Amino acid sequence: MAEWNPFADMEALRREIDRAFEGFGPGQAPSRRVAFLPGREPRKYPLINLLEDKDNFYVEALTPGVDPQSMNLTVTPNRLTLSGEKSNAGDIKPEAFHRNERASGKFVRTIDLPVEIDEAQIQAEYKNGLLIVTLPKGEKAKPKQISVKVA
Amino acid sequence: MAERTVATRAQDRTPASREETRSQERYITPPVDIHETADGLVVKADLPGVSKEGLDVRVENNLLTIRGKAAHAAPGDPIYREYELVNFSRQFELNERVDQSKISADLKHGVLSLDLPKAEEAKPRKIDVKVS
Repeated sequence: MAEWNPFADMEALRREIDRAFEGFGPGQAPSRRVAFLPGREPRKYPLINLLEDKDNFYVEALTPGVDPQSMNLTVTPNRLTLSGEKSNAGDIKPEAFHRNERASGKFVRTIDLPVEIDEAQIQAEYKNGLLIVTLPKGEKAKPKQISVKVA
Repeated sequence: MAERTVATRAQDRTPASREETRSQERYITPPVDIHETADGLVVKADLPGVSKEGLDVRVENNLLTIRGKAAHAAPGDPIYREYELVNFSRQFELNERVDQSKISADLKHGVLSLDLPKAEEAKPRKIDVKVS
């Protein structure tokens, strides 16, 4: 039997309490979970959602204010890289700002895809600040129907 | 975060609170930039997923309200999620130095730009000094 260690028990209790209160209190607003703010600290940008149907994968990325012309997509059979630049409004003097919450700058994000995709038929569309990339599944990844023979 | 702060003299007054009485829907506060030009203020807000039809910008009792209904654009079943798109809402209090009849709005690439021109009497004026 393991040696009795009161500190380990206390640590476990503290963790349990932390878990119970996760998502409450200041700085832990629910918006944290849905945050799309480009933000000032380094973090994943852009945020993405990955969706799937029978034939395709879809990557939807939050890219408000990113000029579609500045965006670059590169792809290998199971990896998609998005890069681009969110430009700031030009030469506005810092003292002219009353509030500056929208960050700007260059970004790169690589997304590993769960299965092989057909690189030749990828389509990308930009709409209302969202980037939608349609990635058709490769032949091997598509579901196949197998009929059962009755002997 | 102080919600209704366009850096104006109105800051020390407490505006009638509307935050508590709004509906139970979930909202996100969009990030905004506000900068001043010689002619007025420019407000820019990131509203991804909001179309022109889903956007509601209004001024009422010196309160500028930006509201947007955001919608996902990709079809299919979600398998991995980093964000949700729910409705956007944010309010700013305006003061009398903004000419409310001349506010204009423009939505491009998911960014709303609002032009809030200064009222004529608020613009800087040079006063000639007469020498007698």
